[in-house]
Amino acid sequence: MIEGLLGRKLGMTQIFDESGRAVPVTVLEVGPCVVTQVKTKERDGYEAVQLGFGHRKRQNKPMQGHLRASGASPRYLKEVRVDDPGQFQVGQVVDCSMFQPGQLVDVIGWRKGRGFQGGVKRHGFAGGPKTHGQSDRHRAPGSIGPTTDPGRVHKGKRMAGRMGPVRVTVQNLKVMQVDPQRNLVLVQGAVPGHPNGLVIVRHAVKQRRAKATA
Amino acid sequence: MQDLIRSVQEQYLRTDLPPFSPGDTVRVHYRVVEGGNVRVQPFEGVVIRKRGGGTDATFTVRRIASHGIGVERTFPLHSPLIENIEVLRHGKVRRARLYYLRERAGKAARLKERRRPEGSYLR
Repeated sequence: MIEGLLGRKLGMTQIFDESGRAVPVTVLEVGPCVVTQVKTKERDGYEAVQLGFGHRKRQNKPMQGHLRASGASPRYLKEVRVDDPGQFQVGQVVDCSMFQPGQLVDVIGWRKGRGFQGGVKRHGFAGGPKTHGQSDRHRAPGSIGPTTDPGRVHKGKRMAGRMGPVRVTVQNLKVMQVDPQRNLVLVQGAVPGHPNGLVIVRHAVKQRRAKATA
Repeated sequence: MQDLIRSVQEQYLRTDLPPFSPGDTVRVHYRVVEGGNVRVQPFEGVVIRKRGGGTDATFTVRRIASHGIGVERTFPLHSPLIENIEVLRHGKVRRARLYYLRERAGKAARLKERRRPEGSYLR
């Protein structure tokens, strides 16, 4: 079994479920993914396949060499774990029919970058008092440490700075619909990242673990 | 990209309902689940708003309940819980959002009837 697939986020909408309730869903285009490399325990120390998704017109020379065996020219390459790498060959195509409506999946995305942000937005600081004669203190971070001893600011002190794209995993989203013809997967709820952003959809980790112990 | 999302919505859109517009008086037959039983509940009043597109579209019906209390209910236009919509009367209105009806009561809240437009669902 393959752990997951690569895809892209298309956007959100709402659909109606069997009971007639409106359900918010994210539409994902998942796969088709091309196997570009198979990693085995003997050679690589772990078992995985490298998947390619999307399309890139030009690849640089090292990439051309790497991709020659698979015959694909994907935009993204990521590795996912597999149970048995013997089932996979380079050049094989995997699609979203591995997912079933009703099952739970984890979706990994890259959250929208927010640029340089202050402590209030970046770390959830409370900011200063809004009234009682405050000036310029409304969104200030407050004290950043003691005085002469240690005479410096501790490493890792949370301060203003760049709030870039961060890899975020949302666990246990319910699959509402799967359409292997159009490579669409609808999951209930929101998914990190902007439309067109890369996502990894995988079988829910916590469900798998629960099944293994049961 | 948007086309794909629209194509996902398509299978959920209702095409069996009659066309209606703000100002029309309608009776909405809405399915309600009550203690395991499904019952159809009619709600009759003036459409004061239609908004949104695709599966997100909704419309709001305003009716005057007992003691002159105004009650507004918003329905998802494409909800499978809508059994049927009856168009009872076409009102003559000059805007799309009839919020001004909220400030009016009794005679002042009446709408003149519009001549039946082509394709009207009224008999």
